[in-house]
Amino acid sequence: MFSSDDIKKLGKLAHLYISQEEEVELIHKLSAIIEHVDHLTSVDVSAVQPMSHVHGSTNVTRSDELTPGLSIEDLMKNVPDHSGRFIRVPLIVE
Amino acid sequence: MTHPSQLGIGDLRTALDGKKTSSVEVTTALLETINAGKKYNAFIEVSNEQALSQAKAADERFARGERAPLLGIPIAIKDNILAVGTKTTCASKILGNFLSPYDATVTKKLRASGAVIIGKTNMDEFAMGSSNETSTYGSVKNPWDLDRVPGGSSGGSAAATLAGLVPGALGTDTGGSVRQPASLCGIYGLKPTYGRVSRYGVVAFASSLDQVGTFARSAADLASLTEVISGHDALDSTSVAKAAPAYSSALTKGVKGLRVGVPKEYFIKGLDPEVEKAVLTAIRKIEDLGATAVPVSLPHTEHSLAVYYVLAPAEASSNLARFDGIRYGFRIPEPKDLKDLYYRTRSEGFGKEVKRRIMVGAFVLSTGYYDAYYLRAQKVRTLIAKDFTNAFTQCDVIASPVAPTTAFKIGEKMNDPIAMYLSDVFTIPVNLAGLPSMSVPCGMDGKGLPIGLQLIAKPWDEEALFQVAGAYEAATNWHSMRPAA
Repeated sequence: MFSSDDIKKLGKLAHLYISQEEEVELIHKLSAIIEHVDHLTSVDVSAVQPMSHVHGSTNVTRSDELTPGLSIEDLMKNVPDHSGRFIRVPLIVE
Repeated sequence: MTHPSQLGIGDLRTALDGKKTSSVEVTTALLETINAGKKYNAFIEVSNEQALSQAKAADERFARGERAPLLGIPIAIKDNILAVGTKTTCASKILGNFLSPYDATVTKKLRASGAVIIGKTNMDEFAMGSSNETSTYGSVKNPWDLDRVPGGSSGGSAAATLAGLVPGALGTDTGGSVRQPASLCGIYGLKPTYGRVSRYGVVAFASSLDQVGTFARSAADLASLTEVISGHDALDSTSVAKAAPAYSSALTKGVKGLRVGVPKEYFIKGLDPEVEKAVLTAIRKIEDLGATAVPVSLPHTEHSLAVYYVLAPAEASSNLARFDGIRYGFRIPEPKDLKDLYYRTRSEGFGKEVKRRIMVGAFVLSTGYYDAYYLRAQKVRTLIAKDFTNAFTQCDVIASPVAPTTAFKIGEKMNDPIAMYLSDVFTIPVNLAGLPSMSVPCGMDGKGLPIGLQLIAKPWDEEALFQVAGAYEAATNWHSMRPAA
C-alpha cells in the first residue's frame, strides 16, 4: 500500500531520516497497520460527533496569580549545549 | 519478623506502627532484594542512597509522632514519571540523561504521604509496547518464567511488585499498560477513571488516553496506594475536580445484589480456552457470593483496536515532536545544520516501534487522510464509549478477560506488530471510554502462568471495582500465588 515515496514523505513530516533498510521494513509494517485499521471505513458515522475528550472537555481557567515557577538552573542542566542561560543551536539564519 | 519482601503495604504499615521495624530496616532489606533480583531487569535506576535518606527522614517523621498512610514504605515508580533526584528516561535513548527537573504530582503525593521512592522501573520505550521488549535497557523478565514477557508497557513495575522487590508501584495505562502486565504477572493493577489522577509530570504518550495506575499484591494495598495518588490537580487541566473516595472502605461491602455484565464480544476466537475457562469460573464465583451475572453487548468492540491504532499514534506523533535535541535530551554531535540536528537526533534517539508509531500518526493526520482516518476514528470512539454507557444501564460492573493469552515468550511477537497489538484487544476499549478498570488474579494455566480477570466500572466508580475485588479475594487464593524464587 505504501510506496517508497510515501515513506520518504512521512519521514519528512516526522523529521526522521529513513535508511534503505528501514524503508523496506516500514513499507511492509505500516501497510499492515493501515490495512488493519481500514475496516473503520465500514462503520456508519454519518450522525456521530467525534470524541476528543471522554468527559466532554471545556476550557479550564484559573485565576491569573503569580506562583513560583521551575528553577532555570535545574532546567538548564538538561540542555545539551548551552552558554549560561542561552541554548546554543546551529546557525539558523545565513 | 517476616522478610519485608514478603510483606504488603498493609503488613509493613502494621509492623512500622507497632515499632517492630523501621523504614531504614525495610528499605535496606528491599534494596538487597532488588540487587538480588537483577535477573528480572525490572529497574532502570535504583536510588540506593537517596532511598536510605528518605527512609531516615520517614523514621524521624514517625518518631515526631507524624502519621501518614505510606510513611516509611518503599514504592517504585515507572520511568516516565518525574521524581527529583532521578533520571526519567522513558526507556529511550533520546532521554537517556534526562534529569527530572521537578516532581510529578503523583510523586509529590507519594512523598507527602511518606513513601520512600526506591527507584524507577523499566518499561517499553515511551510506554509503546505490550511486552516490555522495546525498552532501550532490554526486556524485563517475567518472574514466573524468565523466558517470558511480563507484559507491558509497565512491565518493570509489575515484575518488581510480583517478585517482592517492592510492595507496590506506579505505572501508566494508555491502552492496557497497567492491567495487561498485572494480568501476565498475577497481581492487581488499576487504571483509574480518566481525570482521576493528575498527569502533571508524566511524560505524555497519548494525552486523551494516558492515566497513572497502581500495582499491588492485594486489593487492600491497591486501595491504599490509589487513595494516595488520586484527586484533582490544578496543574493538569484534564484532571477532574471530584473528591477521591476512600476505596478501602469498599473492600468489605460484599457483592450482594450487584449486577455483573458479561460482554459476549470479549469471549471470541483467539481467546485462549484456559483463560476463558478461568474467567468464566471467576464470574460464577462472584455469582456464588451474591452477585447476578447478566449478558451485555458492546457491539463496536471489534473496532476498538483500529480506533486506538489511529488515535494513539496521532497523539504520540504530536507529543513526541518536542524531542528535537534542542532544549533537553540527546543531541547528535556535530550537526551539519539545524535540519540535520533535528533529523539525526530523532532518527538515532528513538527506537523502531516509536518511530513506526510517529509515522503512522503523521500519516493519519496528514492532508488528504485526516478525515478518513483520524476524524473517523474519533467518531467511532464515540460509538465505543456509548456502548459502555448503554451496557451500564443493565449492570454495575463488567467482567471480562484482561488479555487473550497468558505471558508469551520473549521475541515471540516482536516481528508482527498486529499480533503484539492484539494482546491489548480487551483493555483498549476501556481507555477509549475513559473508564476505571482493574486486573484481578483469577487463575493459573497448565504452564503455571497467571490469568487475570478484568473488571470495568462506570466513570468515577472505582469503588465498585474494589467491592468486587475485595469479596473475590476473600473467597479465593489466586492472589497469593508466587513463583519459586
